[in-house]
Amino acid sequence: MTPSHDVVLVGGGGAGLRAAIAIAETNPRLSVAVVSKVYPMRSHTVSAEGGAAGAIAADDSLDEHAYDTISGGDWLCDQDAVEAFVREAPEELLRLEHWGCPWSRQPDGHIAVRPFGGMKKMRTWFAADKTGFHMLHTLFQTSLKYTSVVRYDEWFVTKLLVDDGRVQGVVALELMSGRVEAITARAVILCTGGCGRVFPFTTNASIKTGDGMGLAYRAGAPLKDMEFVQYHPTGLPFTGILITEAARAEGGYLLNKDGYRYLQDYHLGKPQPKPVLRTMELGPRDRLSQAFMKELEKGRTIETPYGHVVHLDLRHLGRKAIDAKIPFVRELCQKYQNLDPVKDLIPVRPVVHYMMGGVHTDIDGATPLPGLYAAGEVACVSINGANRLGSNSLPELLVFGARAGRAAAEQASRDAPMGAHVAAQLHDERQRLERDVFGKTGGRERLADIRDHMQKTLEESAGIYRDGGKLAWAVGRLRELQDRMRDVSVEDHSRTFNTERVAALELACMLDVAEAIAQSALRREESRGAHQRTDFPARDDHRFLAHSLIYRASEGSARIEYLPVRITRWPPAERVYGEVPPHDETDKAAGRTISAGARV
Amino acid sequence: MTKQIKLQVARYRPEQESEPVFDEYEVPCHSDWVVLDGLNHVKDRLDGTLSYRSSCRMGICGSCGMTVNGEPKLACATFLDEYAPGPVRVEPLRNFPVIRDLVVDLGDFMQKLVRVKPWIVRSVERPLADGEFLQSPEEMDEYKQFSMCINCMLCYAACPIYGLDPKFIGPAAIALAQRYNLDSRDEGASERLEILSEHEGIWGCTFVGECTKVCPKNVNPAGAIQRYKLNAALESVKSFFLPRGA
Repeated sequence: MTPSHDVVLVGGGGAGLRAAIAIAETNPRLSVAVVSKVYPMRSHTVSAEGGAAGAIAADDSLDEHAYDTISGGDWLCDQDAVEAFVREAPEELLRLEHWGCPWSRQPDGHIAVRPFGGMKKMRTWFAADKTGFHMLHTLFQTSLKYTSVVRYDEWFVTKLLVDDGRVQGVVALELMSGRVEAITARAVILCTGGCGRVFPFTTNASIKTGDGMGLAYRAGAPLKDMEFVQYHPTGLPFTGILITEAARAEGGYLLNKDGYRYLQDYHLGKPQPKPVLRTMELGPRDRLSQAFMKELEKGRTIETPYGHVVHLDLRHLGRKAIDAKIPFVRELCQKYQNLDPVKDLIPVRPVVHYMMGGVHTDIDGATPLPGLYAAGEVACVSINGANRLGSNSLPELLVFGARAGRAAAEQASRDAPMGAHVAAQLHDERQRLERDVFGKTGGRERLADIRDHMQKTLEESAGIYRDGGKLAWAVGRLRELQDRMRDVSVEDHSRTFNTERVAALELACMLDVAEAIAQSALRREESRGAHQRTDFPARDDHRFLAHSLIYRASEGSARIEYLPVRITRWPPAERVYGEVPPHDETDKAAGRTISAGARV
Repeated sequence: MTKQIKLQVARYRPEQESEPVFDEYEVPCHSDWVVLDGLNHVKDRLDGTLSYRSSCRMGICGSCGMTVNGEPKLACATFLDEYAPGPVRVEPLRNFPVIRDLVVDLGDFMQKLVRVKPWIVRSVERPLADGEFLQSPEEMDEYKQFSMCINCMLCYAACPIYGLDPKFIGPAAIALAQRYNLDSRDEGASERLEILSEHEGIWGCTFVGECTKVCPKNVNPAGAIQRYKLNAALESVKSFFLPRGA
């Protein structure tokens, strides 16, 4: 019998769980299914470290959060979405406080906030430096009290059911048993997170394979702004483990091989002993990663067996501050780098961290495909534009998870029952899986080889600096890999917890996502935020103050359209860091030194 | 030439084997490789059929708990070099039914987790308009340690009581119950006490302390259990001497 629900959520991380709770609270009679390839508490939200932005301080305002976000995104953010986001972020974070999230506090018991990159005020809520971990466990544990939420733990979704022009559920593979079932619903919300694993060197967990992006793309929904890939400036070499921006927010320095705070050479202001907001180490991630590349060109980085690095220096903060504010940084360095940041320099280099692009949605998480919603990193609303600011993604998954949940609940309460063709589609999908993956014998290509080639191709073409020649080469090369994928070998024919089959399905998704990235990047002939073209070094608002929308056309080809950015109150201007922006003369506090306030 | 190390990995494919067998693989033993890197090397290069769970590879998602040379460990936080010259024996976590290879069935824990009501219980919900609950850093210190549990199941694998009596609700679930009981925002301690005071609850624990020793996040479940026992005992003494509601 086909399991049937009112709403199916694909993914059980922060966005999915927030959406599930929103649906349960909007209409407790609706049956909600959370379908995830991992147990919810394994979801990658767990790895987020630094914090979640929401303007609450007395000297802060929603407009300033909006302006920082929009300028940080190099004016590619939709400003109506940003305005909704900054308005709802504080109440979402507060709701999480009521659900038990252990936010770090001031001595008087109020919520503490910390500075963060590209933010002109202290507005980042944090739970030491395990913010994502605490948010995820709070959401997961809270979700357990809603009996209308049913979980399908360790089910991998292989296809969206589309009938009568409407998404009506999913086909999914239960890992434990190997059975393939349709799970029908009146609305589906994709909450599968990002796709960092299309690159070789990433902070992303091994589960971040762009599944939701692939599902939507194949079902005919467009992917938006896929050329915008965020490199975080401070990853540990070899593992790619993230050293949170909070390390710099608490006062860490970035040093080149001469011990020089090199960011002062890149229009990020002058070095001060204490951190200064929107300045130097508290600049935005795109600029900091680009500065690293310039230092590399100048021969001022440090060579290691795992590539060139610069140093993150936390020594002057002292053991007490490190243990209180960023204990996980110390734990990770000791464990994985065999060094102690209390007395040693941390080697770091830019690392793929976040996908600004994703499934195109409106402000309520709705995609152009009726019945399909998306929220969190898988989606592109867009509040992040060409470069996301650190600590905006955690509140994003709350705000837009809740919005998508409410919108889907409303639709599910209203909509007609299923179309008639679900059974036939399930049959077809079972056949496809049997033919292409499960029953396959005698393939000659190793999964790992195709994956490695894909990752290398993207790193070489769609990294921090790009050019048209390399991107065109990558598009061709990725096409070849798609062909080779047809001849992939799957040795494992067991029905029980067959992770090789899942890896093959994930890789097929990643190849689609990789191609969307390369194609979108090739077509955007300008430089904006995280998309820097050496052959088109300037921002071109005349041609490209617009979102790219890539559609899968016929088999193996893609079509790109552009959608104008929605501007409400902040006309495009120059991004200025390291000094008071000219637009804002009233703000006496800009560029001020941060005083130590909060304690953990 | 890179130093190699031998992995002896427990294999169990229910369609093929009625009992686990061991397969051996030679993998590189780089100084910065963890057991998980070794397993990934096997899966990518030597044998695509090996099944195990993993995700974050930074010790926070709790997916990759397994038994390494007899001890419950996170594969992503256990360095191969520590076992040089090898061999390294890799088995599924003990005390759980094995689904396949290194993958165990967590269904029992997931049920137990719900039973301890791991959420804030309030008689009256606080309206958002009233702002945050004030909670001093000292109040937070009361429960913070217990909020660090990543549900990796190493403590269940190490727990001799759980091994003998699967009804025992177990270290992580009790630690999480305490995490909420000790939170100044919560009013659910008495509801949880009823659940935990049942036969298979805390009274089953004889304070062996293995759970605390193996915890990769320095949570102290054994401490949570002892503190809980004391509370439960006090409550039962109180209810004996005092009329209800006093």
